[in-house]
Amino acid sequence: MLWIKNGIVIDPKNGIEGEKMDIFVKEGKIVEESEVKKEECKVIDASNKLVVAGGVEMHSHIAGSKINTGRSMRPEEMRVVRNVAGKFRAVVGRVLLTAPGIGYEYAKMGYTTAVEAASPPIGSPHTHEELDAIPILDKAALPVFGNWHFVFKFVSEKDQEKLQAFIAWAIERTKGYGVKIVNPGGVEKWMYGSNVRTLDDEVPIYGVTPREIITEVVKANEALNLPHCVHIHCNNLGVPGNYETTIETMKLVSGMKNENRPVLHVTHVQFNAYAGSSWRDVSSGAEEIAKYVNKADNITIDMGQPIFGHATAMTGDAPFQFTLHKLIGARWSNKDTEIEGGAGIVPIVYLPKNPVHALQWAIGLELGLLIDSDKVVISTDWPNGGPFTEYPYIMAMLMSKRMREKELERVSPYVQKASSLPAIDTEKTLYEVIKMSRSLPAKILGMENKGHLGVGADADIAIYNINPNEVDPSAEYDLVNKAFRKPAYTIKDGEIVVKDGELVAETWGRTFWVDATKKVSMEAIEADLDEYFQNYYTVERINFGVDERWVKKPARLEVS
Amino acid sequence: MENVVCTFCGSVCDDGVFEDGDVRKLCALGKSKFSKKERIKAPMIDGKEVSYEEAIEKAAEILVEAKRPLLYGWASTVNEAIRLGVLIAEKVGGIYDQCASVCHAPGTLALIEEGVPGGTLGSVKNRADVVIFWGANPVEAHPRHPTRYSVMAKGLLIKDRKNRKVVVIDVRETKTAKLADIFVQIKPGYDYAIISALRAIVKGEKIEADEVGGVPVEKLYELAELMMNAKYGVIFYGLGVTQSRGRDRNVENAIKLVQQLNRKTRWVIWPMRGHYNVVGAGEVPAWEVGYQFAIDFSRGYPRFSPAEFTAVEALVRRDCDAALIIASDPAAHFPRKAVEHLKKIPVIQIDPHPNLTTLLSNVVIPSAIAGLEAEGSVYRMDGIVLRVKKLVETEYWSDVQILEKMYEEVVKKVG
Repeated sequence: MLWIKNGIVIDPKNGIEGEKMDIFVKEGKIVEESEVKKEECKVIDASNKLVVAGGVEMHSHIAGSKINTGRSMRPEEMRVVRNVAGKFRAVVGRVLLTAPGIGYEYAKMGYTTAVEAASPPIGSPHTHEELDAIPILDKAALPVFGNWHFVFKFVSEKDQEKLQAFIAWAIERTKGYGVKIVNPGGVEKWMYGSNVRTLDDEVPIYGVTPREIITEVVKANEALNLPHCVHIHCNNLGVPGNYETTIETMKLVSGMKNENRPVLHVTHVQFNAYAGSSWRDVSSGAEEIAKYVNKADNITIDMGQPIFGHATAMTGDAPFQFTLHKLIGARWSNKDTEIEGGAGIVPIVYLPKNPVHALQWAIGLELGLLIDSDKVVISTDWPNGGPFTEYPYIMAMLMSKRMREKELERVSPYVQKASSLPAIDTEKTLYEVIKMSRSLPAKILGMENKGHLGVGADADIAIYNINPNEVDPSAEYDLVNKAFRKPAYTIKDGEIVVKDGELVAETWGRTFWVDATKKVSMEAIEADLDEYFQNYYTVERINFGVDERWVKKPARLEVS
Repeated sequence: MENVVCTFCGSVCDDGVFEDGDVRKLCALGKSKFSKKERIKAPMIDGKEVSYEEAIEKAAEILVEAKRPLLYGWASTVNEAIRLGVLIAEKVGGIYDQCASVCHAPGTLALIEEGVPGGTLGSVKNRADVVIFWGANPVEAHPRHPTRYSVMAKGLLIKDRKNRKVVVIDVRETKTAKLADIFVQIKPGYDYAIISALRAIVKGEKIEADEVGGVPVEKLYELAELMMNAKYGVIFYGLGVTQSRGRDRNVENAIKLVQQLNRKTRWVIWPMRGHYNVVGAGEVPAWEVGYQFAIDFSRGYPRFSPAEFTAVEALVRRDCDAALIIASDPAAHFPRKAVEHLKKIPVIQIDPHPNLTTLLSNVVIPSAIAGLEAEGSVYRMDGIVLRVKKLVETEYWSDVQILEKMYEEVVKKVG
């Protein structure tokens, strides 16, 4: 039992905006004062400290074949020693990290939940093995659907019943949490050496288009009423002019509504927010996107903020990765995966003086600033945009124009004409950045017990050494930036895991997965499953997927 | 029981049928894995039979007392066991190395240099209209690879063997060469030069020689033409590429060829990995500690250095003072100087079957056979995970049980 005393609480979901109050914890949950025996509580003095829910990472590449191939191909990344073996595991990694390092570093920043954003379905047992090697955090994984031949087939047949059954089957088999789409149709076209360019380009054999795939999959996701909305990595990622495709994609769901969450989450939008016709005249399309998102009532995004320095591009968008390899001449890994899709990996470095990199950096911030704080989530799309450990930098930047002005001095002047960042006066409040890193991602993911401090919530709590009623983030940005890097406490399921920025305990979190199989009739797709596994897969149908008993601490969420 | 997963080679076929102690549908190599063979009868310390607990306690003592123990093998056990091995190596400040360091590690070095443009075996089965085996002989080493994945396999775009051209490049006419449409015999040690010539032709440059590595230039032009005209091609390379002159540079060069080909059409390249879970023996340490093989923990954190910390290097330099050998037989396969040092230091063996290494081991711990008597996850040669099954009961402890207990003992001793 914990008694967190006299903290200054910001809890956007419950409308608490810097109130001095006590929080009580029992059996890993936040409870009413009357539920605990105060004399048995461990008391944490949170006077003059900010008390918030543990951070929720909704888009990061924390587990599976991509991140692991990234480690293997980049030993230069692994040569930074973060922790020597002793009470805790040895941890190495510069921007890429070992699995134990991922758990430790998120916790050391006050984050307690993280979602793997793209898991190749046939690789799901690998994804889960790595998730199981990440300590402390609660986790989940999103299997990728947008180039899976079953999806092509059922979309081309306009058979919603089968598509819904298939999605439920696939999420259960992969022990996944929701539906991810990556460059729908484009990765399949890569198998023939090309890519889709518009939402109306056709996929070979099936004749379906990205427009149809996205629309039908969102419909199915809504009919199943899965906790998380469809999570999309748009077509044309990394192509100047692509902001139009992004907005067109968003328009596909206009008129659709879900009372609990958005119906479409568009991810790492920075990479999909370019205006212009080439890298020579590229400029920001963030304002247009922000306008659309602010107006819409069913769309959220995350930033995909680049951080200057090293990064590793790794996505399920295999054709984009090849383009990047050609563009910058760096190493390139590729993985075409059965009849499911593909992936690629390319090391990159974002340089402040490089006009394009500086523009990308500016666009990420524009999105964060121009979009309402209940529609944009903080992310670097780790490790694509750089380290997640720089979230405190992003938060501080969003809250301080002065900090941005100072940073703008060191980046390429190209951003002055190609983006609106220098002219933006907006300064997000602490309340807003807490929302953007806690309650909003939890809401989009449909994780009711995450991202807030109300009674019944999981006791995942971060306490920082700043008093929101005294600090001026606009002027004291250094202080804010430092404070978020070093929580006074991180508490996971009621246990103190970090104190004064140092790890003090290693615990093991749960892996959430969603079971919607009761909502559909599996009969509908039996014959199709058998046919495709027999003809096009190289594993037997029965050997595909993950059994719950193989997962260390599974937590099943049944959808009814 | 149907859909049994085979634990012999990197093909990890998952369609075996197991009945009355016999297995059907698998190849002769696979069947041998499931048939009765000589077993190590009981745990032993210096030749004397002891209990599992005693043997494991002794093993833990050896590992903890050593300054730098070598933990080697791992390619023929499950991921769960490998993970424990990595954790033990980290705890005792030892070296973790695995069988790849004497077979396909040059491919990992090439991955570090250039990345690997690859695909799963299912991509090949469904799409590949040109398949090249380079220094690889699957008919003898991965017998069902050609039928299941690469030569005769049918799929989405390839409906018939006639839709596919198969090329074998090797120093001798192997059994696989007999399946091929085109066989290119090359002079031993000339892989690099031939790949360079192909790169030049694909780039549009002229070769000013009559032959390269024993291959007439016209034949190389034909081959390059075939590659450029493929819709989806694959190069499967074997030990003929990684263990001949040039090693990792051969693979790197072939990867550069594939990079270039992808500017014109689609190509992938992939190693023909040998043991059924040699991929897992690299993947597991990569996520736990950042590297695939040749990892030293003597400073309390992982360091990767293939020239220092592979098993052979550490043994030849006498740079390890104890060894745990699991699911492997270095006494039979390592160079003489390495084996000599192995004879001098305390050795712990974990294996279902006796082999030459048993003869020089101080502590011998027999284990259950993964895929027959114990379950766990393994990585097929293309990184696809499969769960091997427990089909029969056994008195033997599994590798996971043994290593869990050993880890516990090690933690007790070092804290």
